[in-house]
Formats: sequence, C-alpha cells, structure tokens
Amino acid sequence: MAPDLRFDDVSKRFPGVVALGGVSFEAHAGAVHGLLGENGAAKSTLVKILGGQYRPDGGSLQIGGRECHFHSAADAIASGVAIIHQELQYVSELTVAENVLLGRLPTRFGFVDRAAAQRLVVERLTAMGVDLDPGAHLKDLSIAQRQMVEICKAVMQDAQVIAFDEPTSSLSHKETEILFRLVKELRADGRTLIYISHRLEELYALCDACTVLRDGRKIVTHPVMAEVPRERLISDMVGRELSDIYDYRPRPMGETRLHVQGVADGCDFTVQAGEILGFFGLIGAGRSELMRKVYGADRHAGSVMLDGAQVAATDPAAAIAAGIVLCPEDRQEQGILPTASVAENINISCRRNELLGGLFLRHRQEAMRADDFIKRLHIKTPHRDQEIRLLSGGNQQKAILARWLAEPDMKVLILDEPTRGIDVGAKNDIYNIIHEVAARGCCVIVVSSELPEVLGIADRVAVMRDGRIAGTLARADATETAVLSLALPDSTSDLTSDPISARRAA
Amino acid sequence: MSTIPLTSNTAPALQRRRQALLGDYGMPIVYAVLFGVLSVTVENFFSLANVLGLMLSVAQIGMVACTMMLCLASRDFDLSVGSTIAFAGVLGAIVLERSGSVGLAVTAGLGAGAIIGAANGALIAYLRVNALIATLATMLMVRGLAFIVSQGQAVGIANETFISFGDTRLAGIPLPVLVTGACFVVFGVLLNHTVFGRNTLAIGGNPEAARLAGVKVERLRVIIFLLQGLVTAMAGLILASRITSGQPNAAQGFELDVISACVLGGVSLQGGNARIFGVLVGVLIMGTVENVMNLLDVDAFYQYLMRGLILLAAVLLDQLKARGGRG
Repeated sequence: MAPDLRFDDVSKRFPGVVALGGVSFEAHAGAVHGLLGENGAAKSTLVKILGGQYRPDGGSLQIGGRECHFHSAADAIASGVAIIHQELQYVSELTVAENVLLGRLPTRFGFVDRAAAQRLVVERLTAMGVDLDPGAHLKDLSIAQRQMVEICKAVMQDAQVIAFDEPTSSLSHKETEILFRLVKELRADGRTLIYISHRLEELYALCDACTVLRDGRKIVTHPVMAEVPRERLISDMVGRELSDIYDYRPRPMGETRLHVQGVADGCDFTVQAGEILGFFGLIGAGRSELMRKVYGADRHAGSVMLDGAQVAATDPAAAIAAGIVLCPEDRQEQGILPTASVAENINISCRRNELLGGLFLRHRQEAMRADDFIKRLHIKTPHRDQEIRLLSGGNQQKAILARWLAEPDMKVLILDEPTRGIDVGAKNDIYNIIHEVAARGCCVIVVSSELPEVLGIADRVAVMRDGRIAGTLARADATETAVLSLALPDSTSDLTSDPISARRAA
Repeated sequence: MSTIPLTSNTAPALQRRRQALLGDYGMPIVYAVLFGVLSVTVENFFSLANVLGLMLSVAQIGMVACTMMLCLASRDFDLSVGSTIAFAGVLGAIVLERSGSVGLAVTAGLGAGAIIGAANGALIAYLRVNALIATLATMLMVRGLAFIVSQGQAVGIANETFISFGDTRLAGIPLPVLVTGACFVVFGVLLNHTVFGRNTLAIGGNPEAARLAGVKVERLRVIIFLLQGLVTAMAGLILASRITSGQPNAAQGFELDVISACVLGGVSLQGGNARIFGVLVGVLIMGTVENVMNLLDVDAFYQYLMRGLILLAAVLLDQLKARGGRG
C-alpha cells in the first residue's frame, strides 16, 4: 500500500541552527501516527512544514503519492491538510459557525447566509456528537470547545491529513475523552492522522505507529505502537539516563536570606544562601504570577525581605538594585530586546554601575564583557553585534542569564522556565550556571513545568496548586509521586503516572 | 548525543556584512550621488549661498527630527509638533510684546513646549492612550490655543534682539543652521553614548522586556516627549524670529515633514532602530529636493507629488533591505 503521507529527508535550517536534519517517515490512512520527542526535538517544526507555515530547505513531502510544495498555509489547506495547533488559531470575535466556515461562508445575493451557515455547522457538530451553539462567540467558549471548533473546521474542509499538536495540554480528563473519541472516529473514517504528545499513556491509547525525534533527527519509527515497551520509548526520546544532565552537586547552605510574605495568599516562602528552590505546578497554578510580584513587575501588598532588610520592589528597576533578578518565562516577549545586539542585551542593566561621569557609556568595557560572557557561557553567535532575535532560543536564554551574571550584587536569581524550548546541550550549560550561582551563596529559584528538571536540580521543591503553595518537600522526600500528589487536583491523577506525562501535565 | 551543528557560514557572513554595509550607508551613498549629479546638472545649485539657504530651509525640520527620532525609536509617534511650533511662536511674540523681555518670551515659549511634551508623554506612558490618538488630540488642542491666545491674528515682533536670532551669522553660517547642527551632535551623543539613548531603543524593541530588564519605561517616555516639546518650542521661537511674527497657522503639516525625514533616514516605525546620521541625511534629502525643484521652477503642485514619491521609494528600499536581512 502506498503511503498516504510521506516525509522524505525533510530538513529545515534557522539562522545558526539546523532545526530539522533530514527526517523521513511515512504515515498511513486510517491510522494514527504518533510523533514523540523532548522539547526542541523539532516536532512542531515538522508540523509547520506539513501545514505550509515553513518551507523545508531540503527534502520533500508527499501526500497520496503526489509531491507537495506548499508556499502558504492556504496551499496546505487546499491539498487537504489541517493542523490543530497547540495555540489554537481562531477569530475570537466571530461565532462558531463563522469560524468553522471562515473563508467559505455560504452566501445569498452576495450576503452571508447566516441560516445556511448555522445549519451546515450544526449538522456537522451533531454528527461529531458535540453539543455547541453555532451562534456563540469563540471568546465565550472554553479552550476545549474552541478545539472542537477547530476539529469541526478541519472536517468541513474535508482534510484528509490532520495533525494534532499537543491537543490535550490544556484539557481536563473528561474533555480529553471526548477528543479521543473524535480522533478515533476520524481514523475509522480513513483519514491520515498525526498526533503529537508527551503523554505516553495517550500515545499508547491512540496511536497505531509512532516516530521518535530527538534534536531535529529521526531516531526510530515503530510500525506497531503496541509492541514497543515504554522504557524503550523513553530512552529513544532522551538518549541517555534522565538524571545525568542535571549534574546535581550538594553544597553548603547558609542562613535564610530571602523571606517572602503575604505577596500572594498562601504563598509565603524562604530561601537560604546557596539554596536552589524549585517551584513546580500545573499551568495556571500561579507560579509565574508569584515570581513577577516578588520581582516588582506586578503590584502586591506583601513584604519581600532580603538579608533582613525590606525590599521596596515597586518596579523591576528597584528589585534589580536590591539584588533580585528574574529571567522571565516568555523569552521572546519578555526577555530579549529583539532588535538590539547580543552585547546590548547583556549590558543593558549592569552598565549603570560604570558610567563615565554618571552619564556616558564605556563602550570598550561593554564589548569586553560581552565577549567574555559569549565565551564563558558558550553563546553561539557569529559576533557580539549580531541582533539577538537571530539566535536560537538556548543562546538567547544564555545572553539573558549573562545580563544578570554581570550584575555585581546579584543575590537572588529567579528563573522562570529556564530551559523551555532549549536543546539538550544548552540545557546542560544552563544547569551548570545555576549550580555555580548557588555555590556563590546566591538564592536561586527555578520555576519549571518539567518535573524531572525540578527534581534534578532543586535542593527543595515548593509545589503550587490553585495559586497557593500546597507543600514544600526536601530533596530526599521529593519523589515524582509526592510532588504530583501535591500538584494535581485530587480527581485527575490517573493520566499522569510517569515522568514524561508529568511534564506534559504541567 | 548528537549536537546540533552550527551552519558553516563564511560566505553568507561576508554577504551579510556587505548587506549590512549597504543598509547602514545606503541612503548616505544615494544622497552623495544625488548631490554630485545635481551639482553638475542644476545651475546655481553648487554654491555656498545656495547650500546654506538649503540648510536654513530645513533648520526647523532638522531640530525636531532629532527628537522625533527618539520618539519613533521608542515605538511612539508625535503629531503635535506643528501645532507646538505655532503656539510657542505666538506665545513668545505676545509675551515679548507685553513685557519687552526677550528672556521672558523665550522662557514662556520653551516652558509651553515642555508642558505640552510632558503632557503627551504622561498621556501615553501613564494613561496608556495610543500615541497616535493622544498627540492627534494635543495637536488639535494646541493649534486651538495658538488661535485663542492670538485671537486668530499674526502677532508682530519688533524687538531687534529677538529678530537677530534668525538672521545672525557666525563665520558666515546662519544661527538656526548652527543650532540644528548642535542638536544633531547633542542627540547623536545621547542616542549612542548614554543609557538614555540605549534604553530608548530598548523600549522601542520590546517595552515589556525592557521593563523587566530594569528600564523605567514610563518615566523614560515622559522624558522623551518632554525633550521633543522643548526642542519643538525652540524651533517655533526661531521660526517666529525669522518671520518677525508669531503666526497661529504656521507649520501646518510640519509633523509629517519631520516624520518623513526620519523615515527617509531609515528610522523604523516599529521602533528599536535609529541612526542619527541617517536622520541627518533624511533631512538633507528633503531640503535638497525642495531646493532643486525651486531652482528648476517646478510647479508647487508637482512638488507635493515628488515628495510623496520619494518618501514611498525610501520606505520600499527599507523594506527590501529588511527582507534581505531576514533571508
């Protein structure tokens, strides 16, 4: 049988990195093909090539034996490809019916025929077994309902190839079951389905075959999912023992330096000198919000004490002056100064300490500092004057870390999702930096959704749930089960029993 | 574990450097060529008197372009500069008339400019009004104030000292041109060699990231607009001195000339990008084109057409460059 979807030696480069290095695999109609890999394994890149958002630099894509060259997302849709993206793509001000039929609304005498549109959509939704008001605005629906709208749209477009990019990341257990039923129906209908997820349970429940990616390369394709042992999948994905990249080094700890009190309800905590405190929790557990408040980026009525002195952190500038710094969660939107150079991104804050006559910049000093950090932190950039937006995520993150390492008086380093979307090599570098900073006697706070990461590097783990710290565990007591039982609402602990699915849950 | 290889990039790097060079010096080269060609082809163009006249004609635009550059670099916008020029001129003329004191007149004009600028800044930074809307509103209000205080009439100036600002020459160079030159030096240094300039570019590139990096974004915005108001008022006073009166309807459309000059000079409206040298060239291009069209007796109606076309060409060139850079 000819493959219904075939990637043939597909590659994609971004400035400075090869995101996808010659990936080939096939998927068949009437089957669900799983795509697995760690963050940065290039699963999403592959899906974006399938959806026409990226053009491959090499190799080809074949659907039903025909070679496809998509120049835009519209081309892909016209060829019967639909992508259900991780971040759903809808128009929140339009109704369900309008979203489903966007671009192809039925008209009468040149005007949109609302009645016909609603009828068409209700028919399809009913056939899918989904109860949704076609006149409701997307902005009023839950994420799960919006996802149903996307799936309905794909079906209405008669897409034969449908890819799901981590569809369950924000769904409840019950919503996940509805999604599974829909996917199975689409499979029975003879469509070719690609399913991306970190949750092994899901992949075993849904997929007929699977391909594992790591660092932009295909590791293996398993034609029969059911025959693959779970341990094999994990080692395929990670490529090594899980624990060794964290390189945990016990170190002496001093007195308590940081006291956070009343900043948010039920969120008091302390950090000792030289301690790495991990913060774990599900999406929306309030970790980033808490850290932003401690940093003075958002208002709060509580108190932050550092070395016994009150920190008047009314804005980040004041927090930095007091020695508290933050590497934000969203590197692109909150971390980098995109149009500025790598050197500028490193020097933006610390230069205030060395101004000539309190006013003029010391260019030579700044250039030397930039070069020094580029070398020390292995920042891959052709030159210190390169615009930072052209660097890969890992190297951008290192530059932001360099910005704070350059602060002579850094006392508290807060890292929010420091390794999200970063390749393995850079991760290791970042863990090393974290350990060095802690060894100097700084307080380090690491917020992460990756449970293995938190368990791997933290001396102590604070677990958040529903905006409060549900509990704090010492390293010796912080097992996956212990942390998850604190992090999860009581009812839905069944889907998450292994480390890989746990990081998805977060 | 396989590491991700860096693309080997000696050849593309060279190409990129050439592209960057073209990007940095593209407009200056265009201007140098234009100047050379005009010197040879247009009669009376290449003379000291004409070139100084050309510079004098863009002196006001040049001053204000310096601060407009900062505004645009921080991803903001200021439409109120034309009205501020008129208001500062009218107010200065009235105070001069009533008090006879040049110092008081200048203080009143500059003070008014600073207040208008700070108000713009506060509206945008603290009340989070869109810059386009905020300055559109102040543009209308300030123009209205200019008409109200002058009762719609031009206010004549007879004070010799005040008038001498406009027509004094030092070493043969008109004072307004020298002031403009000084503005370029001062704001060039501010942009490239101070935290103020660097942070301005930072908030233009990404305001939230700049704030989290410790930049006091709101305060900086107010300062940028305050400087803009101050420099604009100075331009208004110099204009009043040159035309020996405060005109409530002076400098209509001036804001667009200034923004045009900045855009011609390669300042990105997306913020985060500005070069003082580029702005200087942008201002000179505007002045030169107008000067040459006058020398060639081109009908004023066609001059509008030409200016629009040149602006469009400059923006398209810029986009081409951006696309090339992104590869």
